[in-house]
Amino acid sequence: MSDREHASNDGMAVDHHFENADQQYQSAKLGMWVFLTTEILFFGGLFVAYAVYRGNHPEVFVFGHHFLDKNLGALNTVILICSSLTAAWAVRAAQLRQIGMLKLMILLTIVFAFGFMGVKAFEYNGKWKHGLLWAGQYDPHLEDHGETSHEVIGEESAEDAHIEIVTEETIVEAIEAQPAADPNRSTIEPAAEGPAGLAAPDLVAADETEVEIEPANAQTYFSIYFLMTGLHGIHVIGGIGAFAWLLLCARRGDFDGGHFTRVDMVALYWHLVDLIWIYLFLLLYLID
Amino acid sequence: MAEATSAPGGDELVDHTASNDNYLTHGKGILSWLFTLDHKRIGVMYLVAILSSFFLGGVFALVLRTELWTPGQTIMTADTYNKMFTLHGAVMIFLFIIPGIPATLGNFVLPLMLGAKDVALPRLNLASFWLWLVGATVAVASIVIGAVDTGWTFYTPYSTTTNTAVTAMTLGAFILGFSSIFTGLNFIVTIHKMRPEGMTWFRMPLFLWGIYSTAIIQVLATPVLGITLLLLVAERTLGVGIFDPALGGDPVLYQHFFWFYSHPAVYIMILPAMAIMSELISVFSGKHIFGYKFIAWSSIAIALLSFLVWGHHMFTSGQSGLMNMIFSALTFSVAIPSAVKVFNWLATMYKGSIRLAAPMLYALSFLFLFAIGGLTGLFLGSLSVDIHLHDTYFVVAHFHYVMFGGTVIAFLGGIHYWWPKMFGRMYSERWAQVSAFLIFVGFNLTFFTQFVMGSHGMPRRYYNYLERFTAYHQASTVGSFVLALGFFIMAGYLLHSLVAGEKAPANPWGGATLEWETTSPPAYYNFKNEMRAGDPYDLDALRWDPSIKGYVRKDPSSVLLSTGEES
Amino acid sequence: MTALHLAQMLLARIAIAPDPEDGSFWMPPQVSTVAHSVDWLFNFILAISVFFFILITFVMVIFVLKYRRREGQTAQDSPSHNLPLELTWTAIPLVLVIIIFFFGFKGFLDMATPPANAYEVMVEGQKWNWSFTYPNGYVDENLHVPVDRPVQLVMSSADVIHSLYVPAFRIKMDVVPGRYSKAWFEATQPGEYDLFCAEYCGTSHSDMLALVIVHPPGEFEIWLEKASNFLETMSPVDAGRKLFQVRGCTQCHSMDGSAKTGPTLLGVFGRTEQMADGSSITVDENYIRESILEPNARVVAGFEPVMPTYQGRLKDAEIMAIIEYLKAPTGASQEE
Repeated sequence: MSDREHASNDGMAVDHHFENADQQYQSAKLGMWVFLTTEILFFGGLFVAYAVYRGNHPEVFVFGHHFLDKNLGALNTVILICSSLTAAWAVRAAQLRQIGMLKLMILLTIVFAFGFMGVKAFEYNGKWKHGLLWAGQYDPHLEDHGETSHEVIGEESAEDAHIEIVTEETIVEAIEAQPAADPNRSTIEPAAEGPAGLAAPDLVAADETEVEIEPANAQTYFSIYFLMTGLHGIHVIGGIGAFAWLLLCARRGDFDGGHFTRVDMVALYWHLVDLIWIYLFLLLYLID
Repeated sequence: MAEATSAPGGDELVDHTASNDNYLTHGKGILSWLFTLDHKRIGVMYLVAILSSFFLGGVFALVLRTELWTPGQTIMTADTYNKMFTLHGAVMIFLFIIPGIPATLGNFVLPLMLGAKDVALPRLNLASFWLWLVGATVAVASIVIGAVDTGWTFYTPYSTTTNTAVTAMTLGAFILGFSSIFTGLNFIVTIHKMRPEGMTWFRMPLFLWGIYSTAIIQVLATPVLGITLLLLVAERTLGVGIFDPALGGDPVLYQHFFWFYSHPAVYIMILPAMAIMSELISVFSGKHIFGYKFIAWSSIAIALLSFLVWGHHMFTSGQSGLMNMIFSALTFSVAIPSAVKVFNWLATMYKGSIRLAAPMLYALSFLFLFAIGGLTGLFLGSLSVDIHLHDTYFVVAHFHYVMFGGTVIAFLGGIHYWWPKMFGRMYSERWAQVSAFLIFVGFNLTFFTQFVMGSHGMPRRYYNYLERFTAYHQASTVGSFVLALGFFIMAGYLLHSLVAGEKAPANPWGGATLEWETTSPPAYYNFKNEMRAGDPYDLDALRWDPSIKGYVRKDPSSVLLSTGEES
Repeated sequence: MTALHLAQMLLARIAIAPDPEDGSFWMPPQVSTVAHSVDWLFNFILAISVFFFILITFVMVIFVLKYRRREGQTAQDSPSHNLPLELTWTAIPLVLVIIIFFFGFKGFLDMATPPANAYEVMVEGQKWNWSFTYPNGYVDENLHVPVDRPVQLVMSSADVIHSLYVPAFRIKMDVVPGRYSKAWFEATQPGEYDLFCAEYCGTSHSDMLALVIVHPPGEFEIWLEKASNFLETMSPVDAGRKLFQVRGCTQCHSMDGSAKTGPTLLGVFGRTEQMADGSSITVDENYIRESILEPNARVVAGFEPVMPTYQGRLKDAEIMAIIEYLKAPTGASQEE
C-alpha cells in the first residue's frame, strides 16, 4: 500500500475501539478476505458435487452441455470481466477522490451486472420453455411443433456434436421418446438401444463420428447447472445491492475525503463473484 | 456510536472497587441492549439465550429418558419419541453447544484479555447475535409446526421424504450457521489486529489460542454445512435429485457433505473447552502452565487435522476399504494432541498450590470425564471394532462424555471462573460444590451404562428395546434426573448471587491475564488506560490483599503502556 | 506401582470373562469367525484405556492431596516445560495408536473379504422389515444359515438407508437404495441371534428386527426345502398367513382391529371402505390385488399413501394365497 493511500485514509472517522485508522483499515481488509474464503468454501460444496457426478457419469455432462449456448456464456464472461474492470477503476477513483468518475464506474458496474442477469434470464427462459430443468422437473419437449429445430439444440453446438438435424418431427420424437424422470423407474442402466429418431442409421454422418443419445440420468446435469448458476446469480444480485448502496454513499459525500475502504471491500467481493463465474463457464459450458 | 477514546481520568492505576457505572448499568432499557455494540453486553445476551437453549434441550432429554424407562411405550408414541431425540440433538448442537463458549465467554473475555475496548467488528458482532435470534426462532418455530423426526443428522433419503418440518429446521440451522461464521471471522480479525503491546503470538493466553483455532474451523467448515442444508432444502422443495437415487442422485454423498462440516464442528465444541482448562488449571494450581508452546500448537494442529477425518462416521456406509483405512489412520493422529494436553495440565498441577474452588472442581471433573470420552474414541477409530460399535449406544456414550463431560463441564468451570468479572458478584461456594458433585455423579450414572449397552449391541435411536437392556436404561434415566437436580441448584445459587452475592474484587482468583486488571464488572470502556501484556501465566506477579479479598499486582505499572495519559 | 498393577489386573478380569462364547461384561457371545479378533482388539484397547485412565485419575488425586494449598503456602519452583518428557509422552501414545490402527485395519480386511465359496442370500430392507431371498427364490422374514459355512449377504433398500447389524457376529453394513452393499460372515455356533436395523429409518426403526437362525450341520438344507415348498405343502389360507407375516405386511397392517400405519385387515374382505378421494368401494379380490401391486392408486381415507409396491416381488400364486387368507373367516385368521 502506497503512502498516498495511507495518507488519504487519515482524518477519517475511526471507531473508538481502534487505535488508529490503519488498524481499522487492516481489520476491514482481513475481515473481507476471511469472508471471501467462506464464500469459496460455500461454492466449493457445489464444485465437489459437480466433480463427483461428472467423474462418475461423464456422458451426462457431455450430453447436457450441448443445450447451453457457448456464445451466451462467453458474452456473460466478457460482461463480468468488464464489470470487474469498472469496479477496480471505482476503487482507484475513490482513492484519488475523483467522485464523478467513481459514480460513473459504480453505475457501469451495476449496468454490467444487470446485463449479466438479463442474459441469464434469457437462458433460463429457454430452458424452461423446453423443460430442461432440474431433476424433479426434467421433462424435455419442444414448446410447440411450429418452432424450428435450432431452438432445441443450438445449431452450432449440434454441429459440434455431429448430430445431424433431419426434421423437427424427428427431434420431437427423439426427445419425447425418452422416459421422463420417474420415481418408480429402475436405476439399473437401460439397454444400449437408442431412441428411434436420433439413432436411425440415416442420421449417422458420413465420417462416422459418434451419434449422441440421451444417457440415463441426463437430468443430473441440469440440477447441477441450476444449482450452481442459481447460487451465483443470487450473489450477483447481492453485489448489485452493495454497489447501489455505494452509489448512495458516494452521493452523500462519504468518499469526498478519499476514504475508499468501503469501495475496496465491495470490489473485492465482486472480483470473487466474477472469478466464480469464470469457473462455471469453463465447467458447465466448455466441456469438450 | 463512536465514543471518545479517552476514559475518565483519575490517579488510581487500578480500580479495586466495583464501579457504580459499569457496562451493565451504562445505558438503560431493552433497546440499549438489543442495539448495543458492547461485546460484554452481547456476551451476556448470548449467555442468557444459550443457557435457555440448554434448558430446552435438557427438557427434551429428560422426556426421552423417561420414555426409555420401559421397553415399548411408556409415555409417548414412537413418532413423538423420534421427534424428541431429534430435537434434543438439534437444539443442543445448533442452538447451544456450537455457539456455546465462543459466543458467550469468548465475546465477553476476548477483548478484555487483549486489553482492548471491543472486538474488531462490533457491528458484525451484533449481527451475529441477531442472526442467532432469527435462526433460533425459525428452529423453535419448526418444533411448533410439527417438529422433525430425522435425527439431528438429517440423513437422506429419509430426510427428503419424511413429512415433518425438515425444511424449516434446516433453514433455522442455516441461519445459525451464519451467526457462527461471523463470530469466527470477528475473532480471527480481532486476534490478528488488536493484540496489545508485548503480546506476541506466543505471549497470548491459551484461552485465545483455543478461541482462535475454533474460529478457523468456524470459518472454514460452517459454509460447507450451509451448502449442504441448502441442497437438502432444494431437494425437498424443488426435487433437484442430488441425493435421490431414483433421480440419479447419491444418498451417501449427503453423508460426506454433512460430516465434512460436522466432524470439524465437534472440535468447535471441544477446543474452547480445552482453552478454558488451560486457564483454570494454571490459576488454581497457582503455577505457570506447563508446556505452553505445545498446547498452543496442538490447538492449531487439532483444528487442521479435524478436516481430514470425517469418514470415520461412515465406516459402514459402503465407502471403499482404502477410504476406511485412510480415515481410520488420520483419526488416530488427531487423538495425540488431545492426549498430550491432558498430560500438560496434570504436569501444571505438579508442585502447585491447589485450591479446590468451584472452577477447579469443574476442571478436575473435566480431566476425569474427558479422559473417558477421549479414550473411548480409540475404540471407535479402529475399523474392526467400530463396525460392531457404530450406531450403538457406545457412540452415544462416547460423544456425551466428550461434549457434555468435556465441553459443558469446562463451560460451567468458565462460567464460575468469570462470573465475578461479568457480574461483580461472588456465588455460594458451598452450593456450588453440592451442584458440581450432583452433576458429576448424575452424569456418570446416566452415561457409563450406555457404553456397556452399546457394546452388547443396543442400537441408538431406538424407541423400543429388548427386555435385557432394561436395567441399563433405567440406571441411565435415574442419572439424568440427578443431573437435572444439579442444574436446578446451580441456577438457584447463580441467580441468587446476582441480587445478594458478595461484591467481587477485580481479581478474586489471582489470574495474570488482562481481564483481571479492570473492575468487576468492567466499565463500558473496559480499561482506563492503555494496557501492555506480560506473561499471562506469571502468577507470582500477584499477591493476595486481604483488605479487598482479592489479588493485586505487585507492580501495577508492568501492565500499563502509559500511566494515565490519554492517547 | 504394584497396587496399580493389581488394580488393573482386577479390572481386566472383570472385563474379559473366562469363556467368551457366553459373552462377557462388555460383549455378546462370539458366534462368528471374526468375533474373536474384534473382541481381542476391543479388550486390547480397553486395557490401554484402563491403564491410562487409572494413571490420569491417580496422578490427579495424588496431586490434589499432596499439593493442596495450605495457609501461606505458594507453588514450589518447577520448570514449565521439559522437552524430553514432552517428547516421551507424545511418542508413547503415538506408538500405541499405530498398533491399534494396525490391528483394526487387519481385522477389517478380514471382514471385508468374503471367501470364494460363500453362500449368497439376497437381502432387502424396507420400512420396517427385512426380507431374505434364498438362492432358490424363497423369501423369508428371518435369516437362516448353515453353521460353519461362509454366507454373503447382497443387500439393497427399497426406500431409505437401513443398516443390517448382528451383534453376535460383530458385523454391520448399511443398506442403501439404488445400490447393492455386501457383508459376509461364517457362523460358528448353532442358535438364534438378534438382527437389528442400525440406521434410523423412521417410526418403527426399533421394531425392524429379525432373527438369524444358525442351523446345525445338515439341517439347513432340510429347512430350506421344507420352507420353500410352502405353497404346495400348506393350504392357501395358511400360505397366505405365512406370506402376510414374512413379507412384512404385519408391520403396517394389524389383524387385531387396531389401525397402524395402514388400516387393519381383520375382516377386511367384503367391507365397504371410504377412500381418500371421497368415493367408497367394497373390498374384493380385485381391490386387494390392486392394493398389493399399485398400493397408492386408491388409499383408504385417513391413511397416508406410503405403502411400497410389491410389483415383481410377489408371484401370482402368492397374491392369491394372501387373498385367500384375507377372505378366511375371522376365526381362521386369528393365528399369526
